[in-house]
Amino acid sequence: MRKAFSALMEHAGKTDKKTIFFTGDLGFMALEGVRESMGDRFVNTGVSEQNMVTAAAAVASEGFTVFCYSIAPFTVFRPAEQIRLDVCLHNKNVKIVGNGGGYGYGIMGGTHHAIEDIAVLSSFQNMRCYIPFCKEDVEGVFNSMMDRVGPAYLRLGGGQKPEDLELPKYSHTRKLTSGKKITVVALGPVTLNALTAISSLNKDEIELFVITEIPIPNFSSELQESIKKTGKLLVVEEHVQRGGLGENLAELVLESGLSCQYQHLFAKGYPNGLYGSQKYHQKLSSLDPDSIKSKIQEMINEKK
Amino acid sequence: MNKEKLKKIKEDSLITLLELHMTAHSGHIGSSLSCLDILIYLYFQRMSEEDKFILSKGHAAASLYTVLNKYGKISDEQLKTYYQDGTFLAAHPPCGDDKVDGVIFGTGSLGHGLSLAAGLALSTKFSKKNFKVYCVISDGDCNEGSTWEAIMFAAHHKLNNLVVIIDNNGLQGFGRSDEVIKMMPFKEKIQAFGFDVVEAKNGNDFADLDKAFAEIDKNGSDKPKCIVARTTKGSGVSYMEDKLEWHYLPMDDDQYQTAIKEVRSNNA
Repeated sequence: MRKAFSALMEHAGKTDKKTIFFTGDLGFMALEGVRESMGDRFVNTGVSEQNMVTAAAAVASEGFTVFCYSIAPFTVFRPAEQIRLDVCLHNKNVKIVGNGGGYGYGIMGGTHHAIEDIAVLSSFQNMRCYIPFCKEDVEGVFNSMMDRVGPAYLRLGGGQKPEDLELPKYSHTRKLTSGKKITVVALGPVTLNALTAISSLNKDEIELFVITEIPIPNFSSELQESIKKTGKLLVVEEHVQRGGLGENLAELVLESGLSCQYQHLFAKGYPNGLYGSQKYHQKLSSLDPDSIKSKIQEMINEKK
Repeated sequence: MNKEKLKKIKEDSLITLLELHMTAHSGHIGSSLSCLDILIYLYFQRMSEEDKFILSKGHAAASLYTVLNKYGKISDEQLKTYYQDGTFLAAHPPCGDDKVDGVIFGTGSLGHGLSLAAGLALSTKFSKKNFKVYCVISDGDCNEGSTWEAIMFAAHHKLNNLVVIIDNNGLQGFGRSDEVIKMMPFKEKIQAFGFDVVEAKNGNDFADLDKAFAEIDKNGSDKPKCIVARTTKGSGVSYMEDKLEWHYLPMDDDQYQTAIKEVRSNNA
């Protein structure tokens, strides 16, 4: 996903002189091409994320689009106040790019994970979070982000698309499989685990949607129809229970007057205090394919 | 501008500033008075129309509003809205560059201003515009790690169109700076970080500010500039001078009358 992003940035570097790229001293084996295409407009600001974000807001105030890159936790939490005040309250065209959202950095440990990022950032004025599902999805998400002038957060991860899956044309809410008994909605890369879970179940039963923007810009009629039809909604996200896709969607469901059975699979933090790969943490949080499959089966078998 | 005119602007500004604080029953008077002379000097002696100003110590907003009023960017009518419900002129400068002419960024949380100023100064390398950026920071600002991030950044990128003025009154939120957290010597520290640094012995005196700015102008280096201006919190109102409580207290009627009387007699 990072390579797909870099390729887009390289192109922007060549074609749009109003694009500026800041990195907090990260990007080895990834951003060299961006550095080359941007020239002087590529600035390694050093490991000083607070200054990076505020300076970016100031540069943006002179009519530029400024990207601020680091790994997800460092580009969100350390400069959270700078994002809140200098970027969001001033509605500046700054794009925060965090690599390795969720448990993406696995065995690097809790310091390197970002499982509360969307809760924090989506609560800020004018901010929208973009969470691509897989590398093929990055361009659509990127274009959507660039079309909207203002603060944005791009959460990159290691998502993959099954080879046989044809991605629908980009929209923040897209239906990937059709079925009658349950609606499953997943956020970004963890959608792959939901797809894997579904592949060994009766496909006619499960309607899977992927969502890639929070706050969800609007409640798609297709998703509303699906929830109305199945009466069962399972939300899957590699993000804590509060402030992510689950709460956002639950609110939309309540506001629209729909009624359904609701279950939520989310990042539980570090329940046993131990560390491991992204897959290890997903399993602990019941976000792995087997756990998602069990939850889907349990909900399908549950009486309405 | 000649000295007499500048002196008159100072007197008018002091009266307006005290009126603002009195009418609003607002605090931070000491902080406003501490940097008022610097702001007057910048707007009336130093800055061109293209130059940009960031007040990092946003709690001295009343001082900025006053000077912008005298400079013609804030009308008398708008100034009257200070501290009122539904105003842009809050106790700290408002967020958004479309709110008040002359206020590019809202500030109030310390440690942001210098990064904003450095970012603006850096932007000229991309836009090829030609402006200088002036930024007033406080002792408290210098407690913040982000300020030192910005100092490193400005020096590394040779932002010689950036001028930082430290309003060094030696008092901060809950004590004397020396007792809260030792930061001295500013000059040597900031020089070591890669700035041209000059001290203004009395940052509340236009003549001393003149000397300091003349000195940084002499040096045509590619380094960013810093003036460590030794100031007095509450400057111009003797009972407020160098007193921590005037970071917080509003004036009562008697205190206000005493202050006005002193300002008038000092400038008589």
